[in-house]
Amino acid sequence: MPKNKNRERAAAAGPRSLFDKIWDAHEVAESLLYIDLHLVHEVTSPQAFESLRLAERPVRRPDRTLATADHNVPTDGSTAAAQIRDRLSRVQVETLEDNCREFGVPIHSIGSARQGIVHVIGPELGVTQPGMTIVCGDSHTSTHGAFGALAFGIGTSEVEHVLATQTLQQRKPRSMRIRYRGELGFGVTAKDLILGTIGRIGVAGGVGHVIEYAGPAIEGLSMEGRMTVCNMTIEAGGRAGMIAPDDTTFEWVEGREAAPDPLPLDEWRTLGTDEGAGFDTEVEIDASRLSPQVTWGTNPGMVTDVTSAVPEPRDEGEERALEYMGLAAGTPMREIALDRVFIGSCTNSRIGDLREAAEVVRGRRVASSVEAMVVPGSQQVKTQAEAEGLDEVFRAAGFDWRSAGCSMCLGMNPDIAAPGERVASTSNRNFEGRQGRGARSHLVSPKMAAAAAIEGHFVDIRGWE
Amino acid sequence: MEPVRVIEGQVSVLDRSDVDTDQIIPKQFLKRVERTGFGEFVFHDWSKEPGWDLPSNPILAAGRNFGCGSSREHAPWALEDYGFRAIVAPSFADIFFNNCTKIGLLPVVLSEADVKELMAAGHARIDLEEQEVSFAGRQVAFEIDPEIARRLLEGLDDIGVTLQQSDAIERYEAQRERSGPVTNTLA
Ligand code: SF4
Repeated sequence: MPKNKNRERAAAAGPRSLFDKIWDAHEVAESLLYIDLHLVHEVTSPQAFESLRLAERPVRRPDRTLATADHNVPTDGSTAAAQIRDRLSRVQVETLEDNCREFGVPIHSIGSARQGIVHVIGPELGVTQPGMTIVCGDSHTSTHGAFGALAFGIGTSEVEHVLATQTLQQRKPRSMRIRYRGELGFGVTAKDLILGTIGRIGVAGGVGHVIEYAGPAIEGLSMEGRMTVCNMTIEAGGRAGMIAPDDTTFEWVEGREAAPDPLPLDEWRTLGTDEGAGFDTEVEIDASRLSPQVTWGTNPGMVTDVTSAVPEPRDEGEERALEYMGLAAGTPMREIALDRVFIGSCTNSRIGDLREAAEVVRGRRVASSVEAMVVPGSQQVKTQAEAEGLDEVFRAAGFDWRSAGCSMCLGMNPDIAAPGERVASTSNRNFEGRQGRGARSHLVSPKMAAAAAIEGHFVDIRGWE
Repeated sequence: MEPVRVIEGQVSVLDRSDVDTDQIIPKQFLKRVERTGFGEFVFHDWSKEPGWDLPSNPILAAGRNFGCGSSREHAPWALEDYGFRAIVAPSFADIFFNNCTKIGLLPVVLSEADVKELMAAGHARIDLEEQEVSFAGRQVAFEIDPEIARRLLEGLDDIGVTLQQSDAIERYEAQRERSGPVTNTLA
């Protein structure tokens, strides 16, 4: 009887964290973890399927596996792989479709009403649920932890391992809890919360750890906001990010296509961290003192308040970053002029993000010096936004309204920035060349990106009319 | 996977911290569906900088938090295809570290000071069984998860090892597997 077993274990182990509970419930043997959901996309899976084929191994649990095409897909409204003009991209998407057919894996590829960025469609379809273990050959799998799941990114060899065995060899990582004191101020969003956190703990601050986010500022976030926070855990080096499931979570999951009916709420309510559970590392951050954030460098830890200026470089790495970014120390962040604005990516492309951005641009015009685009995270988000008339708001303001995909988050499709162009982006990585060779990325929230598109430079959304 | 025991030779130096996988292998090269042939694109953009010098040697020495960012195994594939057999750094990003061990590219963690000395020495010998790096007349011990070391030393196939526990997996599925969601009812 699994339930009794869990209870016995709980009694024996004393107070446990959300992470401990999920880990215990999924350990098949020591350091061998059962995987409840495996998400697959076209870039990190072809070599895994090929190796399975060579070894004549089947996919153990196609019914716990789900594929989509997102990284390579053009956002021009193409409805079939055959329409992708870039030959290598086309082959990669077609290879995914062929592999899924051969191995019996359900797929929502380009043209499907359920297609989208893998970390957007998992939650949206209801396959992402509290208490699960979730993996994907993609570092931003941490997103799904927003539901109180243990979710992390893996490499292609591990993708093959999960396809073949539905398990992952994994030593239990250390645990960290980040507790926020106070509430977020007006105009300060989940994106600012996580950027500010990474700025504090550093891009390697979470290495080796599963991070649980807690406190009133987290409890007050929508599911979209929680996904934004967990999504960027990897940008702090964290293995996974998690948030205890609560009524906000349950309401969001209820009624989705793959969600259980009724929801097993008795079980899900016991998942949260017990009073007195221990963590290897505890961090406290005052959320009420955070301002809207803008990155100035070439990793997400190089970030500051919109009200401040580009800082003096403290080491060679920061010097290199400023040189790449074409910025001088002391320049006020609000004076940085932009060439492009990108609203999209698995961090900020959900309906809530688009609504926030649309509120800012409604009735206004994008600055003539700026090219701005919105890329919904999924076809469902796109359809929903169109039903609400958000596409019209964006179009009327001069934004390009696209179809779903990763797009300019990493520019594997034709959506890229030119060398030297400066982009305000709602995505998660401002690495050199990420959005196009020589392109300069500044990470911000959807509201901040929208306001920057209108003004042509960054503005403090809090005092902006 | 080929067993990994001793790696000896010249050291290539990349003295930068937080080197991300987007630099190791930029996205335009991730479209291939094969596992090989990535070596010629390693550090594609950085290699165009004046003064760039990263010869193909058995050992790469780098700064802290090496391999941060995306989970692309293409990064270790490219480094390995280029000729590196081991990477020595003060710390690694988690997913990158795992990915390296899966393909027999040995990640070795040494202190910041030792990595600097090794960079200066230019030549080293890494003995995985002894867990020891020798350079400039010194021997420095390093830590590695014993299970990872065993698999590397014996050149074991991870899936093969796990499939020996098929009974335990079947038992788990019979007794403890959670119900739903089932992805194939969506179609
Ligand atoms: S949107 Fe960007 S970060 Fe997210 S999965 Fe796609 S490429 Fe990766």
